[in-house]
Amino acid sequence: MTNVNEPQIRIRGLYKIFGASPERVLPDVQKGMSKADVLSDLRHVVGLRDINIDMYAGKTTVIMGLSGSGKSTLIRHLNRLIEPTTGEILIDGQDVMKMGQAELRELRQTRMSMVFQKFALLPHRSVIDNAAMPLEVRGVDETERLNEARKWLARVGLEGFEASYPHELSGGMQQRVGIARALTSNSDIMLMDEAFSALDPLIRTDMQNLLLELQEELHKTIIFITHDLDEALKLADHLVILKDGEIVQQGEPQHILMHPEDPYIIDFISDINRARVLRARTVMKAGADGIPVAGDVDADDTLEHVIARSEGRTDQAFRVMRDGETVGVLTMTDVVRALVPADPSQERQAVAV
Amino acid sequence: MAQYDGVFNALGLREWCDADKVDGPMTMAQLLAKAQGTNPDEASGPLPFPSLDALHEACGRIPQTRDMTAGLERFFLDIKDNLKLVLDPITQPLSWMLDGALWLFTSIPWFVLIPMLIALTWFVSRSRPVTIFVALSFVFLGAIDHLEVAIQTLAIIFVCTGLCVLFGVPIGIAMSKNDRLQKGGIPVLDLLQTLPTFVYLIPLIFLFSVTESKLYGIAIILYAIVPVIRLTDLGIRLVDKDVIEAADAFGMTSRQKLFKVEIPLALPNIMAGVNQTIMMSLAMVVIASLVSAPGLGVLVLRGIRNLEIGVGLIAGLGIVLLAVMLDRASKAALARVDVSRSSR
Ligand SMILES: Nc1ncnc2c1ncn2[C@@H]1O[C@H](COP(=O)(O)OP(=O)(O)OP(=O)(O)O)[C@@H](O)[C@H]1O
Ligand SMILES: [Mg+2]
Repeated sequence: MTNVNEPQIRIRGLYKIFGASPERVLPDVQKGMSKADVLSDLRHVVGLRDINIDMYAGKTTVIMGLSGSGKSTLIRHLNRLIEPTTGEILIDGQDVMKMGQAELRELRQTRMSMVFQKFALLPHRSVIDNAAMPLEVRGVDETERLNEARKWLARVGLEGFEASYPHELSGGMQQRVGIARALTSNSDIMLMDEAFSALDPLIRTDMQNLLLELQEELHKTIIFITHDLDEALKLADHLVILKDGEIVQQGEPQHILMHPEDPYIIDFISDINRARVLRARTVMKAGADGIPVAGDVDADDTLEHVIARSEGRTDQAFRVMRDGETVGVLTMTDVVRALVPADPSQERQAVAV
Repeated sequence: MAQYDGVFNALGLREWCDADKVDGPMTMAQLLAKAQGTNPDEASGPLPFPSLDALHEACGRIPQTRDMTAGLERFFLDIKDNLKLVLDPITQPLSWMLDGALWLFTSIPWFVLIPMLIALTWFVSRSRPVTIFVALSFVFLGAIDHLEVAIQTLAIIFVCTGLCVLFGVPIGIAMSKNDRLQKGGIPVLDLLQTLPTFVYLIPLIFLFSVTESKLYGIAIILYAIVPVIRLTDLGIRLVDKDVIEAADAFGMTSRQKLFKVEIPLALPNIMAGVNQTIMMSLAMVVIASLVSAPGLGVLVLRGIRNLEIGVGLIAGLGIVLLAVMLDRASKAALARVDVSRSSR
């Protein structure tokens, strides 16, 4: 393991341009020519523009954006399924772009695994053979790889389905196989491209909880892609918002919610249930002054939880605790105020100024 | 003189035309005209199409059409010896294989061979109705004394289809991996598929002696290999891109990808190609009886030549039976791989 304070993955100045001769177009794109102009005048598609992200070991980085914003393109650069036009990708300090064929294969086999939106299981293989595939590729012998696969299948709740074929399973179960396959590879980086987008809402929530549970225990470095804000907020330690191939804002999700920097993000967050995603620590006032409190809440409790505690009375206040220590005070007035985003039109003006 | 004289005169080519004028042998048209007592050189009648022959009349330098066919023939004769020097040793094993298979199939006693073939049917198809049908067909063919010829036809088909798969699948894989190869290969495949079956035999008769089995072996293989190649190429290109991406993401080598992902997923398509290949070799093996391929085709040929209608028709029925047997057995095999691998 590398130093925890050093990002495990660093992306620096990454550009991707699709088209006949990206190098020719690159200088114009770097000078700031818009995606629409590049498409109409130069007949190239700007996939990604000047991407810089640090991703920390053991954390979940969520990349969010609408369809066509370049999320899949970005995640495929990390294991070089797509070659960048220019830029640097450092993994544990090693530049992925400078790797040779063998090194790259080693990276994909042992240090990164991937979960796909459409599951991408091998249809002609049983569930356990699918889960064991990453080890098979590495040449691990059969009993060992099947044991490992069996263990992870059980961990994702698929005990007893080892001999089934993918087409006999529901979508949710197929994606569990996909996750088991990624876990079997025992790599510390997991790339997940809209892994839950093809599932219906209930199953989806199940899978998100499964992922959180696994993460609690395994501390993988997860890069998770989604176009769903609720999912992003639920999973993210670090949230990156992409639009038309550019990062519009990145940071701690709670911070982005309270301080959106772009009209695009304000629109994005305007219709989420804030009570469910905002946490006590985000809204509280630091330090404990003399306000009488009705009880204690945890720093990570959601406002929804706090409102339930207050039984709807707005004259109360709570002490906010973390690890047994007081970190601040949360008044119900602040809670109610935080539930309504400042009028979007005003906020937009504020941003524009 | 001829009707197109004016054209050459106008172009100022008269001298070039008449430079070394030698009167070649007369054409059929000239001979006919002479016999009828008219002068062929006289410009008369409606304007003929400016064909080589018509232009030749006006200008001696323009070759006649028969020069072209003769040239082609001479070309073949010229390269024949060199080509034979190369092709003969390469293709010799084919003769051995065909003769060997024919000898083997006809020398195994029927009470061993038939159960073996029925077992083989069961093994590939795992289908009770198909196996029973095949068994009954053999009994019927035996009862009408056509077993030996049918077995000969079958032996030839086994050898040729086996070789088609052996060469066709790798060629198809190569084509699926290389767009340029595919672009170049498709016209050749189209040509092989559209060439009338008899035309195959013409250059082959030139090269090899009619008594050699490889002559019909090559004809059958060239004709029947097309669907395996096409469908292997197609099958591999149609493999789900997401699955390929997953294989790449987990670091498979191209070799692992080919054998663990692409070929297994393309197998239903490849099998469909094999089925067509079998049917096409059966079609060709009948025609190949013209160049001494043994089997049911010989009887059909006898029916045509000697107007022995009964012989021809019964042999035809035998061919239909064989065709249905082979088709059902290979389709059942195809259905088997399809079901166990279906992603839907
Ligand atoms: N091979 C390619 N050639 C040309 N343009 C491409 C190619 N791949 C992606 N693009 C373009 O790059 C942009 C980003 O595509 P990408 O697939 O990364 O989007 P996405 O955010 O993953 O969208 P979705 O949510 O639909 O999966 C799109 O405008 C797309 O048209
Ligand atoms: Mg995508």
